[in-house]
Amino acid sequence: MDLALAPETLARWQFGITTVYHFLFVPLTISLAALTAGLQTAWVRTEKEKYLKATKFWGKLFLINIAMGVVTGIVQEFQFGMNWSDYSRFVGDVFGAPLAFEALIAFFFESTFIGLWIFGWDKLPKRIHLACIWMVSIGTLLSAYFILAANSWMQHPVGYRINEEKGRAELTDFWLVLTQNTTLNQVFHSFSAAFLTGGAFMVGIAAFHLMRKKHIPVMRTSLRLGLVTLAVGGLFTAISGDTLGKVMYEQQPMKMAAAEALWDGEEPAPFSVFAYGDVDKGHNKVALEIPGLLSFLAHSDFDSYVPGINDTNEALQEKFGPGDYKPIVPVAYWGFRWMIGFGMASFSLGLLGLWLTRKKFLLPAAHRTGEDEVPHLVLLKQPLGSRLTRLYWLLALWTMAFPLIANAWGWIFTEMGRQPWVVYGVMRTEDAVSPGVSTAEVIISMSVFTLLYAVLAVIEVRLLAKYVKAGPPELGESDLNPPKKLGGDHRDADRPMAFSY
Amino acid sequence: MELHDVWFVLIAVLWTGYFFLEGFDFGVGILTRLLARDRAEKRVLINTIGPVWDGNEVWLLTAGGATFAAFPEWYATLFSGFYLPLLLILVCLIVRGVAFEYRAKRPEENWQRNWETAIFWTSLLPAFLWGVAFGNIVHGVKIDAEFEYVGNVWDLLNPYALLGGLVTLTLFTFHGTVFTALKTVGEIRERARRLALRVGLVTAVLASAFLLWTQADRGDGTSLVALVVAVAALVAALLANQAGREGWSFTLSGVTIVAAVAMLFLTLFPNVMPSTLDADWSLTVTNASSSPYTLKIMTWLAVIATPVVLLYQGWTYWVFRKRIGTQHIADPVH
Repeated sequence: MDLALAPETLARWQFGITTVYHFLFVPLTISLAALTAGLQTAWVRTEKEKYLKATKFWGKLFLINIAMGVVTGIVQEFQFGMNWSDYSRFVGDVFGAPLAFEALIAFFFESTFIGLWIFGWDKLPKRIHLACIWMVSIGTLLSAYFILAANSWMQHPVGYRINEEKGRAELTDFWLVLTQNTTLNQVFHSFSAAFLTGGAFMVGIAAFHLMRKKHIPVMRTSLRLGLVTLAVGGLFTAISGDTLGKVMYEQQPMKMAAAEALWDGEEPAPFSVFAYGDVDKGHNKVALEIPGLLSFLAHSDFDSYVPGINDTNEALQEKFGPGDYKPIVPVAYWGFRWMIGFGMASFSLGLLGLWLTRKKFLLPAAHRTGEDEVPHLVLLKQPLGSRLTRLYWLLALWTMAFPLIANAWGWIFTEMGRQPWVVYGVMRTEDAVSPGVSTAEVIISMSVFTLLYAVLAVIEVRLLAKYVKAGPPELGESDLNPPKKLGGDHRDADRPMAFSY
Repeated sequence: MELHDVWFVLIAVLWTGYFFLEGFDFGVGILTRLLARDRAEKRVLINTIGPVWDGNEVWLLTAGGATFAAFPEWYATLFSGFYLPLLLILVCLIVRGVAFEYRAKRPEENWQRNWETAIFWTSLLPAFLWGVAFGNIVHGVKIDAEFEYVGNVWDLLNPYALLGGLVTLTLFTFHGTVFTALKTVGEIRERARRLALRVGLVTAVLASAFLLWTQADRGDGTSLVALVVAVAALVAALLANQAGREGWSFTLSGVTIVAAVAMLFLTLFPNVMPSTLDADWSLTVTNASSSPYTLKIMTWLAVIATPVVLLYQGWTYWVFRKRIGTQHIADPVH
């Protein structure tokens, strides 16, 4: 059958579209939940109004975002059965358990406590209300943890055996699935990237308001929080990316060889800066390389041997029989670069911003600013001129979405780099699709989801833009006097609710 | 009782929880057209379920995830077989969630009206389709020796399943109406009680017909008990509604849902998805289930986590126990 219309091609496109789309919302949800919770904690502890305003502002953006994350997540729970029924039959014994854990532990947590948080401003004493957003935050982290454990099992299956009689994989060690190094490294990498994403989002929006000199106290605080989050998140993303890469060199050498377009093994191996290859002939036409660096990235040793695509392919043929075990090399190669490039660009901007807006540390006293002033951007001893200052704010605003692009390419790289396997070394993607589902059905569902998601994206972005522009809300009397009793104080039975749909 | 039997019961419990909880919030969504006279009343209705609908929906995700883990074959056959109806349900649930969250976030008339239309249809369609799906599961569908569904989408629209769809649609609407009577104050509460009588009578006729059909086809003694409980609870719910005992009325309509779902699962056991082509090709608790090790881990999870979930979800209902009327709905935009 023509590859373009092969069932697995369509099913993969659908999974790619729905999952990349879902993951636009996930990292923002994870980080904004924690950041909002942090800001609300600051309010509860200090009772400074700027923290409450910041909580309400970022909390609103968080809610607009998580609504999309939640509904697009519903598809994820069911599409394994819909498009990948043979996969579900083969791995359900292993793969289903983390999904069930995710639903029963994390989803209930998130969804129940988010309702309490949204509607609870005038129903819950402020510490209990604060606890609710922390519960949501814990829920988002747990949810990500379980699903990453499931994905890590596809990258590096452990803790299972093959039951020949039933023709399926069976779980033998659930703890190992939850704690194997692939899981821990993927969790570390995804969590830190999530905070990188949320930090860049916060910095971009704070820059937008500071540039226009609006809502300064709230945005000054947000800028600082965002920059710290961005820098710390970026640093940990780089560190965890490095350790995850080393793990992948052991577990999936083909993926990493493809990521470097390293066709033949070398000792020492160079890091490729740019390459243009001839995939059919198995070599690069153009290549710009840094000697020895790849050896170091793979094994922390500048002289070590790194296997290439061609030799890995031969090794896999020997192990699994004849066939082509190469992923699509340009996708892996460029996906890997875009992931790192976009992510680290944001990280650099964060480091720069952290330095430019430093407080007492090495900052001449004359340039220190008060809480209600836009901070001066000071490079060395003199503040930047108005044009450079504006340029930094604009850069922060325009690059807000860079980590989203990096996240998407990270997933495209890690999933497409594993091909032709759906479960590495155990099950091929072509054997995983639903045999009973017709091409027409997949085309229908893919078109429906793509269209629906496109429409929702427009609606969501415009709504976000509206609330970003509006800035933090003015606080009312009821905001500053949270109830003392559970269920709300009985001051006036006919008082309007603090929040209603 | 072996672990796969335990999990059959637990899957039934998860679906029961889902239909009990999301049942009334689907019903409330439908009432935005049936009962509300203006936007203020629509908002009263939507806000009765505002803090809880999201948590209610997780019962479905848990039922899905637990079926995947405990009965992979069932999960695979069911969701690849009922492909297009499930697609429609998913689209509805996506739009519905966004509709609740976004409707009040812009003041424009068009924006709000469109989301209100969406809330009505995306509540009505799944309320109907879940009944069709369960009608087919109980009745059996064309499943081959490989456990693949080999029928088409029209086979799913048979009279028995369609009647099942009408039953869930009316039963959830009734459940939502008595919930509204319990959770609102003012004129809308009175109208909800009056509407509950009419919806309840239609539900009673349809549900009795469907459950008797089920009983005649594949019932036994225990399923008959469940049938009697379901119908009796429904009649009692109507009487309680007439007597103005709203708490009782809601509880009893809940009992109807529990008993009806229990009856369907009782007639299903030990199958999980019977084949109409050959009884040997039916999916059963034995041939569709996971290994004992996985089921053991899942059982520990269920035993520890479910009571905690029930506790904090129940607490949420207690926190938001106050009745809502138009006077509680303030400024239209946030």
